Formats: sequence, C-alpha cells, structure tokens
Amino acid sequence: MADPVAISVNQVSKKFGHGKDAFFALEQVSVDIRENEFFTLLGPSGCGKTTLLRLIAGFEHPTTGHIQLRGEEISHLPPFKRPVNTVFQNYALFPHLTVAENIGFGLEMQDKPAAEIDSTVAEMLQLVQMESLRDRRTDQISGGQQQRVALARALAPHPRVLLLDEPLSALDYKLRKGMQIELKRMQLETGITFIFVTHDQEEALTMSDRIAVMNKGRILQIGSPTDIYDRPSHRFVADFIGDTNFLDGELIEANSEGAVVRLSSGKTVKTGPTDAAANTPVSITVRPEQAVLIEDLDAADLQGTVTNVMYSGTDSHFHIELTSKEEFVAKVQNAGPARRDWQTGQTVGIKFHSHVLQVVSD
Amino acid sequence: MANLHAAPVNKGKLFSIYKLPGFTFIAVACFLMLYAPILILVGYSFNSGSSLALWEGLSLRWYFAAWENETVQGATLLSLVIALQAALYSTVLATMAALGTTRTRPFRGQTAIYTMINQPLMVPEIVTAVALLIVFATIKQATGYQGLGFLVIAHTAFCIPFAYLPIRARLEDMDTSLETAAADLYATPWRSFRRVTLPLLWPGILAGAMLAFVISLDDVVITEFVKSAGQDTLPTYMLGQLRRVITPEMNAIASALLAVSVLLVSLIFLINRKKT
Ligand SMILES: Nc1ncnc2c1ncn2[C@@H]1O[C@H](COP(=O)(O)OP(=O)(O)OP(=O)(O)O)[C@@H](O)[C@H]1O
Ligand SMILES: [Mg+2]
Repeated sequence: MADPVAISVNQVSKKFGHGKDAFFALEQVSVDIRENEFFTLLGPSGCGKTTLLRLIAGFEHPTTGHIQLRGEEISHLPPFKRPVNTVFQNYALFPHLTVAENIGFGLEMQDKPAAEIDSTVAEMLQLVQMESLRDRRTDQISGGQQQRVALARALAPHPRVLLLDEPLSALDYKLRKGMQIELKRMQLETGITFIFVTHDQEEALTMSDRIAVMNKGRILQIGSPTDIYDRPSHRFVADFIGDTNFLDGELIEANSEGAVVRLSSGKTVKTGPTDAAANTPVSITVRPEQAVLIEDLDAADLQGTVTNVMYSGTDSHFHIELTSKEEFVAKVQNAGPARRDWQTGQTVGIKFHSHVLQVVSD
Repeated sequence: MANLHAAPVNKGKLFSIYKLPGFTFIAVACFLMLYAPILILVGYSFNSGSSLALWEGLSLRWYFAAWENETVQGATLLSLVIALQAALYSTVLATMAALGTTRTRPFRGQTAIYTMINQPLMVPEIVTAVALLIVFATIKQATGYQGLGFLVIAHTAFCIPFAYLPIRARLEDMDTSLETAAADLYATPWRSFRRVTLPLLWPGILAGAMLAFVISLDDVVITEFVKSAGQDTLPTYMLGQLRRVITPEMNAIASALLAVSVLLVSLIFLINRKKT
C-alpha cells in the first residue's frame, strides 16, 4: 500500500555561522516522504521549515547527514541538477518575461524542443486557468494570478518533487481557501510529490496526507492529520494544533496497547500508548470538545467549579476550576445532545472517553 | 494622533533652511555663476562676427568653420575612437567587478576592492596623470610603441568607476531570488546569467557605458599627460588653441561637446527612470 520513498532526509543538521555565533537551524532531522504524497512541514516562525526546503532544493548544503531522492544521494548536487522545483514564497517570477515564457523557462533550460515547450506551456496555462493572460508581463497581473504562474512554472518541467514555501500566505482569506482546493486538485492530477510549508495549522490539517510538526530545528512528530490532532506526542504539538487542556498525573502502567494514569483527583484513566516509564509524573492532553460535563460526580473522572461560560454561536465554552486548582476548558456543541445549561459557580463532573486521552512529553 | 503628525511639520516649517533670509538670493546667485558663462558661450557660438564680446548677428558660421577644419575633424575622430573603446572596455570590466562585489559571498578584502575600484573618483586626477605619464614613458622608451593604446588604457582605467556605479546600483536593486529561481529551474550559472541577470542588468550597463563615454570624451588632464605627439583629442586640441588665439570656433566646438554630453546624460536618466 505504501508508495516508495521519494525524498529521504537522514540525520540532517544545518549550522549557520561559526564559533560562538554558530547556530543550528536544523538538528538531526530525519524524515521519509513518499511518492504522490502531500506532505506538510508545520511549525512556528524560525523553526527551520524554509531551511529544510532549501536543503532539499540544493540552495544550501547540509552540515551533516544525507538527502536522497529515490534512493540516490543528492546532497552534493547543485540545484540545477536536481529534479526538484520550488514555488517561492515571494513567487520570484522573472519580470522581463511574459507569463508563457516564465512557465516555459524550466523546459527551455532543459533544452526541450520548441514544440514540446509550447504544448506543455499550453497545458499548464489550462491547468492554472490562465490561458487569456499568456502574453502579459508578470508585473501586470494580480497577486493570485502571480501565484498561479509560479505554480505552473514549477510544475511545467514535471519535477519528481515540488517544494512549496508558504505559497498561500500572501493571499487574502477567500483566495486562499480557493487555492487550497486547487492545489490539492493539482497534486492529485499530476501525481507529483508535494512538500508544503505552512505555519497555519488549519491549512495543514485540511490539505495534507501527512504532517511533520517542527519546533526549534527539530521534527517532533510525523503523522496523518488525525494522528497529529488526536494523538499528539509532545506538549508543543498538542498546544500548536488547536486548543487543548493539559492535566498532571502519574503513570501507573503502560504497554503497547495503552497506559493507565492516575489523575490529581485520584481517579485512574486509560490513555493511548506512551514511552514514559511507570510511576513517573506525566502530562496528559485532552481537547475541549472531548470532555463531557455530567451531574453525577461519582461517575466523573474529575470535578470542578464553573468559573466562566462563553457562548460563541455553535458552541459554548465552560471554564472550570478543578479541585486540584488546575484550569480546564470544555467545549459543548449548542445543537448537540449534551447538557449545556451549566451556570457559573455550579459544581460539575468531567468525564472522558478513554481513547481521547494522550500522554505527552515535554 | 493628529497632533503628533502636526508637530514635526510645524517644526520643519519654523526651522526650514529654505525660509532663512537670503537663501533664495544665494541659490539664484550660485545658479547664475554656474550656468551664465555656459549660456553666454553657447550664445556667442552663434555670433556671426569674429569678436568674443560684440554681438553682430545670428549665424552658423563658426560651426561650419569648425566642421571644415581638418585638425578639428582629426581630433574629433580620435576622441570618438578613444571614447568608444574606453566605454566598451571599462563597461565590461565594471560589469565583472560589480558582479564580483555583489553576487558572491562576502569575502575578506571586499571593501578594499570596492575602494580600489572607486579610487579614480577620490585621487586627484593630476596625480593619476603624472603616475601614468611616468609608467607609460618608461614603456614607450623600452618598446618604442607610440600608438593609441596608452590613451585607451588610461581612459578605460579612469572610466571604470563611472561605469561601475550605475551597474552596481542596478545589481543591488535586483532580487537575488530570481537567480535562485533560475537555478531551481535547471539553469546553469552561465545560462542564468545570460537569460535572467544580464537582461535585467541591461539598463544599468547601458547607463554605465554612456557615462563612461561622456567622461572619456571630456577628459583633458590625463589625456594631456599621456598623449604622444599628434594625438590630440578634441579637448586637448581646444586647450592648445586657447593658448594662442581665442576664436568663436572654440565656442562652437565647446557647444557641440556640451550638446552631446547633455543628450547622453538625459538618455541615462530616461533609461534608469523607465525601467524601475
Ligand atoms: N543564511 C542564514 N544565516 C544564519 N541564520 C539563518 C540563515 N537562514 C536561516 N537562518 C536561521 O535559521 C532559523 C530557521 O530559519 P527558517 O528560515 O528555516 O525558518 P522558517 O521555519 O522558514 O520560519 P518562517 O515561518 O518565519 O519562514 C532562523 O532562526 C533563522 O534566523
Ligand atoms: Mg520560511
């Protein structure tokens, strides 16, 4: 089922500067990206996303480690010898060339015959719906159109891998939503591996086959959107993607199926599997919508007092101070079956489904 | 908010140098001092009489006289030959220097090189002239070669910074990510230069070449020192003539030179404005 590996990044580190100014933009990064995959690098500003893309494209060379394309070492190749194309964040379109010439640039540099260049350019113009603007200069088209040209220019030579560095960040909300759908469509149509960079978690979740969450030059977790959202491995991942609650507890026992954690209330709950050792303090995470508020305090896993109720149309958020003084937020769908008439000051019980709790490391 | 904005504007008005008494007068006086002699010279080049002080009527007499003067013809030709070559060579060298100082990773001695390229702008021309005279005289004696080569080399050398400045300015304005994008799209460094850098750099190169051409065309000091016998350019010919009798023919030649310079400088201005 799994497609073969397109790009393999193996123990790659990248150091900038020397001596006491030395700074690792990437540390020991390893990841395998498969053929036909829509793979997203997600992380806060400065975490090394662009650096990793530049290493794959060949604009930088790794300080240590290896990068392979379909099993062939490419870390020593200059960018113009790698079958990898980039959609740059600022587009970097050639201002002295027309839309069509921009799109044909890669093929022209590969010395393809004129007829082939013409037909591929026509095909690409159609793919990005820009046929009518083929002879315009690139500074005479809108930002969204420039974005499409940049995409078509990078796709035209039919690279093995397409790198996209926050290609949508300059677009307004509506255009952005439209382009997200189009990007996904083009990826499916062309069958090219996409490595997509964003710091927008929602964009990452909706578009990707798999996501790598990065922080401070390291990859913390690689997984499908549901893996990342439902089973975050690190406190940072849980916090970066969506809203979440953290609870302190003590790990009682753990195996490959799952683990048992004692909460501050004294109750024990089942969680997903973890590497943490038994009898050690752990943090667990649970999303606001994964808790149920109940009246029966004996049946509840935790209890606390409602301190604040925030109504937001579709949902209500209940801020609860637990008996352990920890802060907890529960989200209840207003149209759903669960009770939602809790008042400030009321004592409530909180109940979890065992599969939604996840132990996270720091 | 409104007050914050208003304050500096008011302050600017209060202390504006333009409002100081006498400023306008000084500015106008400077302008007159600079341009009045030139205007008078141009005006008298159309004088029909042979006096430099008495206006006797409008005519192109002195332009025809200069045009038919064989010595003037020879000097003009020589000026053009030297200026064209100097412009060509200095522009090629300046382009390479500009690429070397903007398109490579910072290296040790980069500032030193930058200073050295601009040296002719800072060292007094007479010093360069004397130095060149001594070196070239030695070579002339050793080899017996007396040709135009010395003048071409000298002009090329002092034209380099003038060609370099607009080219470098253009390169610094240019987005390096375009060259990165070209490399990403399979362009070797040479093809990326030919297809992306050079076309975008072209206005800068053209401006540099024209500036070098004008500078070479107008040069007196270095040419006077370096030239061998019989190698008079237009400016050195004029200098020679002025030592004897001043005729309105000189006015005509000077006016023609002025026209060429003004034309080229305006062109440079236009090129740089259109392409930004
Ligand atoms: N050429 C360089 N020299 C020195 N430091 C660099 C260089 N390039 C990047 N860095 C540093 O490496 C770190 C990672 O940079 P990178 O551009 O990869 O971040 P990013 O994840 O793409 O961030 P953003 O979301 O803001 O684009 C940053 O701290 C940055 O300052
Ligand atoms: Mg970046």
